[in-house]
Amino acid sequence: MKMEKSYEIRLSGSGGQGLILGGIILARAAVLDNHKVTQTQSYGPESRGGYSRADVIISDRDIFFPEATNFNCLLALTQEACDKYLFDLRDTGILIIDTTFVKNLALAADNTYELPFTEIAQSELGSAISTNVLSVAFLTKITGIVSDASLAASIALSVKPSFVDLNIKAMKLGFKLAENYGR
Amino acid sequence: MANIPQKIVHQYLRHDKKFPHVWCAGCSNGIILGAIIRAIASMELNRDDIVMVSGIGCSSRMPVYIDLNTMHTLHGRAIAFATGIKMHKPNMKVIVVTGDGDCTAIGGNHLIHAARRNLDLSVILVNNNIYGMTGGQCSPTTPHGAIATTAPYGSIEPDFDICKLAIGAGASFVARTTAFHVTEMQNYIQASMEHPGFSLIEVISACPVIYGRLNKKGGAPQMMKEFRDNSIPQTAVDKLPPEQVEGKIIRGILRREIQPEYSAAYADLIKGVQESAGGEQ
Amino acid sequence: MLKKTTSNSTKAKTPKAETLKKKSSAKKAASKIVELESNLERKTIIMQGNEAVAYGALDAGVNFFAGYPITPSTEVAEILSAELPKRGGVFIQMEDEIASICAIVGASLAGAKSLTATSGPGFSLMQEGIGFAKITETPCVVVNVQRMGPSTGMPTSPAQGDIMQSRWGSHGDSPAIVLYPDSVKESYELTIRAVNLAEKYRTCVILLMDEVIGHMRESVRLPDMANVRVINRIKPTVPPHWYKHYDENQKYLSPLASFGEGYRFHVTGLTHDAHGFPTNKAGEAGEMMDRLRKKITYNIRDLVQIESHQMDDAKIAIFAAGITARSAKAAIAMARHEGIKVGLLRPLTIWPFPDDAVRKMLRDVDTVIVPELNQGQLIHEIRRLTKDKSESDVLSIRKVNGDLITPNEILRKIKEVI
Ligand SMILES: Cc1ncc(C[n+]2csc(CCOP(=O)(O)OP(=O)(O)O)c2C)c(N)n1
Ligand code: SF4
Ligand SMILES: [Mg+2]
Repeated sequence: MKMEKSYEIRLSGSGGQGLILGGIILARAAVLDNHKVTQTQSYGPESRGGYSRADVIISDRDIFFPEATNFNCLLALTQEACDKYLFDLRDTGILIIDTTFVKNLALAADNTYELPFTEIAQSELGSAISTNVLSVAFLTKITGIVSDASLAASIALSVKPSFVDLNIKAMKLGFKLAENYGR
Repeated sequence: MANIPQKIVHQYLRHDKKFPHVWCAGCSNGIILGAIIRAIASMELNRDDIVMVSGIGCSSRMPVYIDLNTMHTLHGRAIAFATGIKMHKPNMKVIVVTGDGDCTAIGGNHLIHAARRNLDLSVILVNNNIYGMTGGQCSPTTPHGAIATTAPYGSIEPDFDICKLAIGAGASFVARTTAFHVTEMQNYIQASMEHPGFSLIEVISACPVIYGRLNKKGGAPQMMKEFRDNSIPQTAVDKLPPEQVEGKIIRGILRREIQPEYSAAYADLIKGVQESAGGEQ
Repeated sequence: MLKKTTSNSTKAKTPKAETLKKKSSAKKAASKIVELESNLERKTIIMQGNEAVAYGALDAGVNFFAGYPITPSTEVAEILSAELPKRGGVFIQMEDEIASICAIVGASLAGAKSLTATSGPGFSLMQEGIGFAKITETPCVVVNVQRMGPSTGMPTSPAQGDIMQSRWGSHGDSPAIVLYPDSVKESYELTIRAVNLAEKYRTCVILLMDEVIGHMRESVRLPDMANVRVINRIKPTVPPHWYKHYDENQKYLSPLASFGEGYRFHVTGLTHDAHGFPTNKAGEAGEMMDRLRKKITYNIRDLVQIESHQMDDAKIAIFAAGITARSAKAAIAMARHEGIKVGLLRPLTIWPFPDDAVRKMLRDVDTVIVPELNQGQLIHEIRRLTKDKSESDVLSIRKVNGDLITPNEILRKIKEVI
């Protein structure tokens, strides 16, 4: 995919949901697709609980400001994150929420995808641990922002060897969920 | 060894710029410097391969006078600087000269961690029970009840037993002697330099001008006599009734054990890492 | 960006490059290692600012690191703990930051190229040791990944509060060389430059990083090792009895012997003469202080680097460093889109302050805006250099709440002044 402008993605939720790793995987996939990319994060001092977000900006030009301010796509895995960032989503932006935790939508946005990612990961993959890869794979398929092959390669480079199989499974499941939406 | 002529000492001093020295008449620092020099000379070490590192204090002024690789650093930090030197050049002999305040107050943390790592340094701790350089403030080794300029009513703090502290922290060679016992001191210094691991020698020393005066100890000769009369060798401790041991300075090598040494352990680590990296090809 | 320096610079030796390549084919257990290896092949990869610092250090020839863990700089220590032993170098985790700076100075005097990395609280603890490195003219590098607030502050949030501390933090009026990158790639480049300048000028060079850049990942392609210029300290060629540890010469760049090479010199934190022996003589003391200052002022052109971005026709100039300069560039792109003539000056060398360049480049603009993540530090330097302008033409944007200054905030200020 050729980038006309920067594409801004924010992954948001709470600490321990693996969002920063999700951001790294997405960013590395974009590099494998020969894009320029920045990935930043913000999190509380604790590694579990508390807020957490990871921003990925993908572009074919130099990226100056590395934080997402006006998202093309927002992934929200908690109610708090959804409430906090929803209003910075562009009008045309894509909203993806995890209905396991997000129960109220303050704003009826177009392009909203609602799925219980955590529950799905729990029941289909045996653990909530791969919710990050599951939802990021869903996101990449919906947005088309990186290629399937690069995402798979990026996962293999980014997670511990013993977790590659599980995460590839999560990725494939994410793709399949997206296919239900015709992607 | 005592028969090495005094001439030897002169061969090791920096005559060109560095005299007269800063120490008061009667100070033990010069005696200790002499013992260090005689130990080095009797070991026939190449002085290019020796570094002497000190902190700040009267005792820490020692390096400038001796013709070795020398370094006068920051108050309390001599051991930390020495750690950098030893880890980069493990083949060099590294001697640290430090005071009671330098090593057990501001620098106490570096002492215990270097002891714990068992890094091969020879630390010579000049314990004059006072902050000499700054004019007589109390130190962690100022005895309970003794007078210092910041303890005008007598110190109410318990004082450190430095050797026990070092042993507790893991030092593999620990000894105590006094400035009176020059030959013993020289032998301990030599033994510490031959010992592969962290060694600490506490030298009980006289600061007649400040500590002596504040505490009415008489002059340097009286203080030396006190070291002679008021100290007993470790080997005699068991043979004496407790009341004769009480309050005495215990001299001797209090611990000497061979333990894994830190710079050697690190060299092994490098070897292991490099071999396993090579093996993966 | 890496200025080619001729004096005593050596190209990285090929054997090293070869081993690097060889190793890249090795299977590695942890994901982190995979990243390390692939970057050595110098493809475009994704890399964090702190990782770039660690690789920059390795490529510059750093073979000694002593440090103490602190967010947001810890990754530098973690990477070097894995990488240095592979190259025969030393990593040691000390008991605190005071010990860390002392250990790297000791190692440097024994001949090592040494570096440490820390953040606010640790940087404060290191100040006495930094002063010691400066007065004894011992090469070393301190990386300070700045975090927010005084004291413990907000460990994972960005701020640019240590700009003045990096200049004046150690007591007793010493000179400073401080570099300030704005990207992951530049973090790599300026780490190498910091090590090079430390070796060349025999001083403690500080690399000031923003938390966001330390933790940010960016797509980068590092230069091939063959193109990396490495400067090593000048070694004495005179026999030991002629050696002066602080030899006077025109540019104040004097040879440096190491412990164990037969020179048996003395080093002290006391004011000293040219041999390194303590002195109380006013003449010698004055000479020593002059020497520390002139070493910087006589070589200012070699030390200063400044980026000028869209300044040619600018009527408004933004002066910003590090991450804030990136916000400014984004704001400038938006403003230019609306026809507003605005440009950016960005110091890569923040100390010594690029006085002449700034004065010259700001002469023709009407307004200067100085955004910074602190309560006003750079603004005072700019005011000092723009005495010809009225106070209302030199404007400050300050923010210290853990968030970055956004491009929109800068754009708003730009629009206020037109
Ligand atoms: C950081 C710091 N704090 C305080 C001082 C002042 N100071 C210099 S020497 C000294 C005490 C020295 O006592 P000791 O280590 O026992 O050495 P002595 O002079 O008794 O040999 C002090 C407090 C200093 N130089 N640096
Ligand atoms: S003050 Fe005490 S320790 Fe210092 S030189 Fe004089 S006698 Fe020695
Ligand atoms: Mg003392």
